[in-house]
Order: sequence, then C-alpha cells, then structure tokens
Amino acid sequence: MRCLLRYLSGRRHYKKGKSLIMGVGKLPREPFNVIVTGVGGQGSVMLSRVLANMLVMEGFRVTVGETFGASQRGGSVMSHLRISEAYTWSPQIPKGCADIIVALEPIEVIRILPSYINKNVLVLSNTRPIYPVGVIAGESSYPSLEEIKKCVERLVCKAWFIDATDEAVKMGNSILGNIVLLGALSALEALPLRRSFFRDVISEMVTEDNVSLNLAVYDRGVELIKQDFDFRV
Amino acid sequence: MSYLTDTTEGVQHLLMGNEAIARGALEAGISVASGYPGTPSSEIIENLARVASPGNLYVEWSTNEKVALEVSAAASFAGLRALCVMKQNGVNVASDFLLHLASSGTRGGIVLVPCDDPGALSSVNEGESRYFARLLEIPLLEPADFQEAKDMVKWAFELSEAIKNVVMVRSVTRLSHASGNVIFGALPVSKRLPAFKYHGSLLDPDCGPIISLLPGMPESKHTPQQGKIREAAQLFEQTPFNAYEGPKNPELLIVACSVASLYGREAIHLLGLESRVGILKVGTTWPLPQQFLKKNLSKTKEVLFIEEVFPFLEEQVKILAAEGVSEIGMKVFYGKHSGHIPSVGELNPDIIIDALSKLLGLKYRAVPKSLAGKVEEATKACVVPPRELSFCPGCPHRASYWSIHNALELDGREGFVCGDIGCYTLGMLACGFNAVKTLHSMGSGTGIASGFGKLKPFGLKQPVLAVCGDSTFFHTAMPALVNAIHHQSPFTLVILDNRGTAMTGFQSHPGLPVNAMGEEMPAIAIDEICRAMGASVEIKDPFDVEETQISLNRLMESQYGVHVLILRQACALSPERKTGKKYEMLVDEAVCVGENCGCNRLCTRIFRCPGLVWNKEKASARIDEVICAGCGVCSDICPAGAITRREKV
Repeated sequence: MRCLLRYLSGRRHYKKGKSLIMGVGKLPREPFNVIVTGVGGQGSVMLSRVLANMLVMEGFRVTVGETFGASQRGGSVMSHLRISEAYTWSPQIPKGCADIIVALEPIEVIRILPSYINKNVLVLSNTRPIYPVGVIAGESSYPSLEEIKKCVERLVCKAWFIDATDEAVKMGNSILGNIVLLGALSALEALPLRRSFFRDVISEMVTEDNVSLNLAVYDRGVELIKQDFDFRV
Repeated sequence: MSYLTDTTEGVQHLLMGNEAIARGALEAGISVASGYPGTPSSEIIENLARVASPGNLYVEWSTNEKVALEVSAAASFAGLRALCVMKQNGVNVASDFLLHLASSGTRGGIVLVPCDDPGALSSVNEGESRYFARLLEIPLLEPADFQEAKDMVKWAFELSEAIKNVVMVRSVTRLSHASGNVIFGALPVSKRLPAFKYHGSLLDPDCGPIISLLPGMPESKHTPQQGKIREAAQLFEQTPFNAYEGPKNPELLIVACSVASLYGREAIHLLGLESRVGILKVGTTWPLPQQFLKKNLSKTKEVLFIEEVFPFLEEQVKILAAEGVSEIGMKVFYGKHSGHIPSVGELNPDIIIDALSKLLGLKYRAVPKSLAGKVEEATKACVVPPRELSFCPGCPHRASYWSIHNALELDGREGFVCGDIGCYTLGMLACGFNAVKTLHSMGSGTGIASGFGKLKPFGLKQPVLAVCGDSTFFHTAMPALVNAIHHQSPFTLVILDNRGTAMTGFQSHPGLPVNAMGEEMPAIAIDEICRAMGASVEIKDPFDVEETQISLNRLMESQYGVHVLILRQACALSPERKTGKKYEMLVDEAVCVGENCGCNRLCTRIFRCPGLVWNKEKASARIDEVICAGCGVCSDICPAGAITRREKV
C-alpha cells in the first residue's frame, strides 16, 4: 500500500508540473528505468524507440539498450530505457533496478521480474499470450492469465493488464498493440509523456495516412487506463 | 530527408550507436562506404545507403567483407575518404587483404569498423577483432558511448590521413544496437576529386604505386609501418578519448574500455564508491598511450581491468607496468586472469558490482532477501515456460527442413546436412527437425560437404546434403562449389533462396535486381551460375512439400556429381509477403480428433509453427489468426486433412 501511495504522489507530481519546462526533479528517481519486454516480432523495438524519442523531446538524456537479431525469431526480447536528467547510463539496467515494466506478452513479466524487481516497480502488461513452440509441442505448459495476474499482483507495487492486441485488432491491425500500450503508459503519468510529442515522433516513422490511426490507437490506450482509474475511484 | 544529414550544428538527436558511427563518417566527408551485412553492424551501411547520392556518396553491399575492404581501399588510393563495415567474423574474411593494406599504407582516410558481439547474442561465436589491430600493426579506437562513437569515427579519418594507414574503430553489440543522445557537428560542404597517382617511385607514399612490400626487403614497408604506429601512440597521449574520473588517489583503479566503462561507472554509483574507486576510460587501446597510462597507474596500487571479450587491454597494460615498474611501482592486478571478471560472455553492471564487492569486502544484494523469498514463493505457482528460438510463422526454412527431414528419414542411410550461416542455422534445433549436423563459418557447409563426398571411396555410405542461403552463396559458397564440381564430389547443395539477406534485414545481394542504394542492377541468376559451373540444377518451391521431397530423394540416390536444388520462396518477413496472407487457414474441429487420431499431434508436436497452436480444452489444433502468416503448408502436413486453406481474395 505504501508503494501505491508513493506511486500516486509521483503521479500528482507530474500533474502539477504540466508547464513542462525542463528542470531538476522531474524524475522520481535518477536514472528512471523502464523495461519493455515481449516476443520478437511484436514491435517492442518500435515501442521503445518511440518512447525514447518522446522523452528526448522532453529534454531528457535517454539510453536504450536492445536485444534483437537471433532473438527476433520467436525468442524473448527486452529493451532497457535509462532516463536521466544529465547522464548517459549503461545500456543494461542493473538487477533490481526496474521502475516500470511494459510487457507486450504477459508471461514475459514473470520471466524478468525475479531479476529486476524492487518494491516500487510498476507493471503494465498486454493480456494476449504468444505460446512458445515448446508449449505448442506439449513439452512445457503456459500458466493461465489468472495465475499470471495473481503472481504479478502479489509481487509488485501496482499492475495493469490490458487487452492491447485485442483492441488493436478491433481497430484494424494487431501490430499496433504496442501503441495501445504506449498510450496506456502515458496515462499512468509515471513519466512525462506528451501526446503532441507522440504525434511528432510517429509522423517521422509511419506513412502520412497511418498517423491518425496511430493517434487513435494511442488514445484508446489512454482510455483503457482512465477507465481503470475511474472504476477504482 | 533523414535526420542523419541534419545540417544544424549543435542539434541533438537520439541515435543508435550504428547511426552515430554513420553520422561520424558523414561529418568526416566520406565518399565511399562498403560492407557485408552482419549483426550487429548492418545499420551503419543501411543508414548511409539511404543518404547516398551520385557523385556525393557511393554505398554498396559487397559480396563479402574482403571485397568490401578492397572497394573502400580503392577510394582511399584515389585520395577520397572511405568507411568499411563488418561484423567481427567478417574481419577474418577480410584479414588477408587487411594485412597487405596495413603494409602498403593508404592515402585518403580509411576507417574499418568491426562490430564485435560479446556473448554471441546474434553470432555463432564471440570472436574478437581487436587482436587484428595488434597483429597487423594498425591503430585501434574503442568508443564508450554514442557521442564518442560519432566523434571517434570522425577523428579516426584525421588519424588515418596523418599516419597514412587504415584505422580500426571497434564497436560492440551494446553500443551498435543501443541508442543515446548525440550532439551533431558540422557536415563538410566541399568534396574531393579522385585521382590515383602512380608516377612516383615504388616507395613514394604519396605519388608512387601502392604495393604491399618489396620482396626480400621487409624494411621497405615494415619500418615505415612501425613508425606510423609510434606516431599514433604520440597522438593518443593528448586525446580526450582517454580520461580519468575519480579521487586523486583511489584505493582501486578500474581500467576500462568500450561500454564496460559505462558498466564500471554504474557499479561505482550503485555501491556509493565515488570517493574510493576511480575509473580510467581508455579509448585508444592500441597502441597504448604509455605516458598517460603510467601517470594514472601511479595513482594507486590496485588495478581492476574490465573489458569484453579477451583480456586485450589487460595484457598490454601489464607489459607496460612491468617495463615501467621503476617509475610507477609494483601493482596488484585483477581482471580476467585473476578470475574477478569472467572470460566468457558479455559484461553488465552486476558483474562489475560483484567484482568490486569481492575486492572491497562489500555486501550488495540487487534484490533484498525478503523480496527474493517472496518472489520464489509466488513464482512456484506460475512456472515460466522456456521460449526457444524458432523459425517465424510462414518461414520457408521450416517447410524446407520438413522436406529434408522426411527425405532423409525415407532414405534411411543416416544422411545429414552440413549447415551454414543465416536464419537456417536454426536447422540444428527442433524447429529445423535437428537436420543440421555441422555448423561453422560462412560458406563452410558446401566446403565440408565437398570433403565428405570424397570419403565415399573409403566406404562412407551416408548421403550428404549442404545448405546455404542466397547471399551466402555469393559470399563464400561459390569457391567451395567450384571445388566440389571440379573434383566430382557427390553431394546435393540445397540453396535456401529467400530473396534477400533476410536474417540481417533484407539487404541486397548480387542475385537481386537492385543495389544497396535502391538503384536498378543486373541480377545474377544463381541457377545459371551453378549450371555454368557444371552442376545439375533444379528449382522448387519449398511450400510444395511433396514435390520438394521427391526431388531430394531422387538426388540423394545419385552416386555421382554435384546436384544443386534451389528452394525458392520469399522470407515471411519480406516486404512482398508481409503485406498480406496468401491463404486463410482453418482447422475443421469435426475432423481433427486430436490425441485419438493416431497422428500423435504431428502438426503441433513436430511441425511446431507458432501460428498453429494446441487447444487444450477442445483437444484439437487451432489457428492463431494474429500469428499465422497464411503460407498454407500445414494443410499438407495434417494426415487427416483437418487443416484446410482458402485462397484470400
């Protein structure tokens, strides 16, 4: 409960600072560490790139470490974002030092939690599983979403599970699950993420006719979290 | 327009290490860039190709790394600046020419960027390119962050022209494939005009012919080459790329290079050792700046080296310290030799924290005991299944290996596949039905198969197959194939032609009608080359599993000559296939009776496509619409005909 209060006070901190002129004290911790995890091909590299560029526009120094290459072929992938007021930090987050984990695939949260957990960590996860081939072949089993949720909620400060891929499918393209999560992340207000910066960054990355779809998907992500907050209040 | 050509001096962009390297080369005013794709290096040439324009910047994906270096060298010989890029294994391929280039000397600035892969994250080894710099007596720079990657590459061109030799700038995966803020410098406006001057004497470095060495006269070239290395060492004494950060007289001095410097700084920060431990970041790792190092080594008695992969810096500094013991005093060294830093795998901040904790008697727990206990308890009820590597849904390699596996089984003589480098390397795993039984370097599958074929007169009964991709075919498989045909070694080469250098991101190769810059080029047909060499050639679509398997079995029966079977189907991630599914796949639940079928779940247990999953509740196979690529192959796998495909309109 205490961590939740600390998290909420962090939230208000940004609401007050809406003028968003860069200055000292905008990060709850220095550096602030975000892990984006998922399965190769889900768009985690894209998500971390867009997120990092939005934060650079906000005036931060950002280091992003990525694993890809062979991991692209159905393996687990992870991007490490180090967000800082002043320094270039190492492209690998030290163990026990994640502040937020954003997961495009739910079981990947539990894969990395034991290494990167601390008492303040927040988790934002997609609900849609991608079964490892070993599970498909019947050599190993995949826990139910309920079991995953229960496990994560027992361990972390606060966790949100949203149907990011399903929402993206409804809106026309399953790959945009990553942008649903990004919109949701912005709504947590744990980091200063501006919609206008998202528009600027995504406009550089996708064709013109795809910008409005990306914005709509981002907004849907925001809504999913707002609903969650309203429900709780 | 790409932000890489942003002309605003002082502007800040988030750049991947590879983009920073490309920007550094642009700021140095390069005219030519060449390379061969290989993770983690590929984005350097890709980004430069995007900003290339005729007469301003020429960029090519060469057939292999040796040719790439030769192409860049020609630009240097004509007085232009050139950048050559490859992954660490590529330096092995280029090393024969590199040795001679280092001896002949160069004119326009030329920089070789090898990207090493500590931990072999995307490689079949974690080889080191740095020893080549020492072996061949050329300067070596190692950037530690993104800004330095740009600045160092730019400076490397100045250095190359100052000493008239090639300079190596070594990157690693965690720099090449990581991103950070980079402040831009100016882009040059004027370009040089190329001219190859050769009217001077044989040994005139500026106007003579450019040759490796006068036979029998090593002093003709080797002496000036060693002079160049001494000159570089002098320049290294002054550069800001070498820097000390920490207290005046630290208890322990960390000597680090490349991204390990960042890990070192992070470890010092987390352990709160700012007043006790200093860090000496060395950016010029060969030749060493001796005076600079001696000055800093004098600060303390105890030294810890952190670097990836081999103890390259560690060993050089130890020699220096032994030679200079009367000046700097006795030291105690820790690092890979002492076992404080692992000799295998990549480093990270936690490894450095461990080493520092051991040396200074500190207790540090990344995850507090109570929390770790809670995690253990909670995850007991939620066991995470391993996520092994697999071919993508709709990958032609899965279909190709399915046919190869079945053909070998049907043949029954314990035939095997000599593997090669590409996505299809995964043929050694369950996703490729474990068909691949040898795996080494680019093109070596064909060479090894050529050798196995010649063992038949000794009584080797097993049929031999080799595989290689379309880009690998041009890279180094061709000479091995010529060898096999000339010596009539009986085997079948299966060329897995997926229309591009797929694993590294669809770079062009000589078999495609386009070059790195997107210009139209004549495509060189693999089948015609093989026929002209003297092999029998067949072309099949691997998605037609029945036809493919019949061909394979027929070719394996043959006792004579080299057969080439080209299995041609575009990669599932290629732009042409990524846009849409060819088929809509359906599982008829009435026909699929699951465990009761007798097929023993062939589709999900053996074929293992991520798009075809097992529905536990209904005990039948199911298509995952989001993942399925619609290739249609699984409908030919199901013996009951429960999986059907419908052509998409």
